[in-house]
Amino acid sequence: MCLAVPALIKSIEGQQAEVDIEGVTRDASLQLTPDAKVGDYVLLHTGYAISIIDPDEAEETLKLLRELSEAG
Amino acid sequence: MKFVEEYRDPELGKRLLERIQKRSHKPARLMEFCGGHTVAIFKHGLRQLLPDNIEMLSGPGCPVCVTASADLDKAIALGRLPDVIITSFGDMIRVPGSRSSLQKARAEGADVRIVYSAQDALAIARDNPEKSVIFIGIGFETTAPTIAASILQAEQERIKNYYVLSLHKVCPPIMKAILDLGEVNLGGIICPGHVSAIIGSHPYEFIASDYKIACAVSGFEPLDILLAVDSLVEQIESGQPKVEIAYRRGVKPEGNAPAIRLMETVFEIGEANWRGIGPVPSSGLQIKSRYEKYDAARNFTIDPGPTLEPAGCICGNILRGVSTPPECKLFRVTCTPEHPVGPCMVSSEGSCAAYFQYGEKNI
Repeated sequence: MCLAVPALIKSIEGQQAEVDIEGVTRDASLQLTPDAKVGDYVLLHTGYAISIIDPDEAEETLKLLRELSEAG
Repeated sequence: MKFVEEYRDPELGKRLLERIQKRSHKPARLMEFCGGHTVAIFKHGLRQLLPDNIEMLSGPGCPVCVTASADLDKAIALGRLPDVIITSFGDMIRVPGSRSSLQKARAEGADVRIVYSAQDALAIARDNPEKSVIFIGIGFETTAPTIAASILQAEQERIKNYYVLSLHKVCPPIMKAILDLGEVNLGGIICPGHVSAIIGSHPYEFIASDYKIACAVSGFEPLDILLAVDSLVEQIESGQPKVEIAYRRGVKPEGNAPAIRLMETVFEIGEANWRGIGPVPSSGLQIKSRYEKYDAARNFTIDPGPTLEPAGCICGNILRGVSTPPECKLFRVTCTPEHPVGPCMVSSEGSCAAYFQYGEKNI
């Protein structure tokens, strides 16, 4: 129910965006993420972007995962 | 898919599991609050891969499952009114109420339509100005802001035939209610990822400080979940519970301010009726009187009749973490995904459906 998937914003018109999810284009409302820009990835939940994915944090988490698995 | 595949690396997963195996010694019962986590944990066979001293327990984080029969009866009664179109997320229409379901009501002539988004429900209202279009508003803090946005959009566009039956619920108070019941002795909680994308991680602080239970907000890929379990193990072994975010690409400690503002504009906190738990104060979202013209509960007169619970169904115990699906006498016998008796078998993220689909097999 709280499922949300990463979606890439391709274009924005007002509060509506066109997003790409694995090659499929969908409409998404940006009412909950007014700061989202073209090129951002957002978490899309029932047609609404609920969060802008932070690429730096994503990279940090991957780095942490690698460090933890190496440290054992 | 970007931001997905990276978090499914099996080699990294194997090494993280080894790390958890090596570091986890104390017996620990961990609750994954969210039904989405239950499904992900089963799908990736994580229960079997974790050390024996770690027990995973499903929580009440499935909005369809926790909808009380009495509330479902209201939705069905609304659907039987003339000139009404009921719009709902898919799973809800199959959940049995006291005497019927939205699906049965539809077979008997009610106009019940499945929508993917509240935006679709608004579009149906726009296209059918002579009908009253009622959206059955279920969901936690992840979904509630989207419904709030739809109400504000209806006001902006002067759509006068759009209504919401708000059955929305909020998570931290039900976590507290479950802990206060004292039926499950938890060492840690995997906090819901997308609820937290909205509310942040601060609302869970009381769990670590008052109940001394470890908390980690998790994403939904296997490495996200293992990272959260690693954090919980670290907290449990060190005896220092806190709230960690293991899903930083999607969750900020303070949450999503514009979404919280929208939710607070339209809704106010009130009592909610939880299946298996009953009425819990301050655990639901009701439409503020300023927006009462969109509130289905205030604009329609219905008689939903007396509430009956399905005989033999132990969904309530399962939602509180007291029982597991195989302990139910109906499980796999009379209760299956094709013929569900209770909501935990209807919703794809219900515990019963997850146990039925994935069993204890390692995928």
